[in-house]
Amino acid sequence: MSAASHDAHHAHDDHEHGEGGAHGTLKDYVIGFVLAVILTAIPFWLVMADVLPSHQMTAVAVMGLAAIQVIVHMIYFLHMNSRSEGGWTMLALVFTLIIVVITLAGSMWVMHNLDTHMMAPAPHEMREVP
Amino acid sequence: MAHAQTLTEADEIRFHTTEEHHPENGTLLGFWIYLMSDCLIFAVLFACYAVLGRNYAAGPSGADLFDLPIVAVNTALLLFSSITYGFAMISAQAKKVKPTLAWLAVTGLLGLGFLSLELYEFNHLIHEGAGPQRSAFLSSFFVLVGTHGLHVTFGTIWLVTLMVQVAKRGLGVEMKRRLMCLSMFWHFLDVIWIGVFSFVYLLGVLK
Repeated sequence: MSAASHDAHHAHDDHEHGEGGAHGTLKDYVIGFVLAVILTAIPFWLVMADVLPSHQMTAVAVMGLAAIQVIVHMIYFLHMNSRSEGGWTMLALVFTLIIVVITLAGSMWVMHNLDTHMMAPAPHEMREVP
Repeated sequence: MAHAQTLTEADEIRFHTTEEHHPENGTLLGFWIYLMSDCLIFAVLFACYAVLGRNYAAGPSGADLFDLPIVAVNTALLLFSSITYGFAMISAQAKKVKPTLAWLAVTGLLGLGFLSLELYEFNHLIHEGAGPQRSAFLSSFFVLVGTHGLHVTFGTIWLVTLMVQVAKRGLGVEMKRRLMCLSMFWHFLDVIWIGVFSFVYLLGVLK
């Protein structure tokens, strides 16, 4: 009982030291920075040097690397983990991501659908486009 | 009996201090929720760009307009400003006022460099006749990238404000909390920029 109480007190000390927010160490920032530089340099190289055979493949690679870089920034710069603030920040993040995915995918899907179901403009209409 | 007495006391102390620290956690969680709502604003602007980004109205496309070396320099500036802010936070944790101020100043200068390059780019586009009124593509481009630029502008103003406060009042608990909030804001802007340079610039040049 006494030991449990001591543990609780010790945990509280840690909490007080942390002042509620997660803090990165120098190592965290340097690892995050190096990873971010690599993950930024690759997509710029892919596009500027036109490395991959098709534009579609390049686009997929660029967006994939961007997604990985976002996760790297979240972990090493924003210090996200499932424990900070008792899990509430992670919950808010997951909720936001769901809304973001619905917004993006929904808009693109619906608008693309509308586009394909619209009649193609006649040639004289095309010429009048400003 | 005496043992039981100390236990309850310990429990009471623990209960009390936990309550006292609650508001501090509240600030950071609240700020995080603000950032998430900001994230939704950008999600809507990205969706808008995704829908309108190919409607050139017979005008210039991203491949005609975007200058990738400038975007690369801008990306580097923002990324460097992220790690210099990290160094400022580490100095603040160690309660070193001068290094904190120095790293914050470097971060601010990198932010200003980013903003001036972006303004130069916007100015160049508008002078080429590719202003926001030219096509739906350019309207959505200017709104998305401009909103990010505005965030960086306000972040820079906030950063200068905090530098003055740190210089005057030192690095107390509340000052660290403010620095922590700006840290989240600044890193969040860098995360949004990843989306901008990948989705808008790199994919825009591909099309």
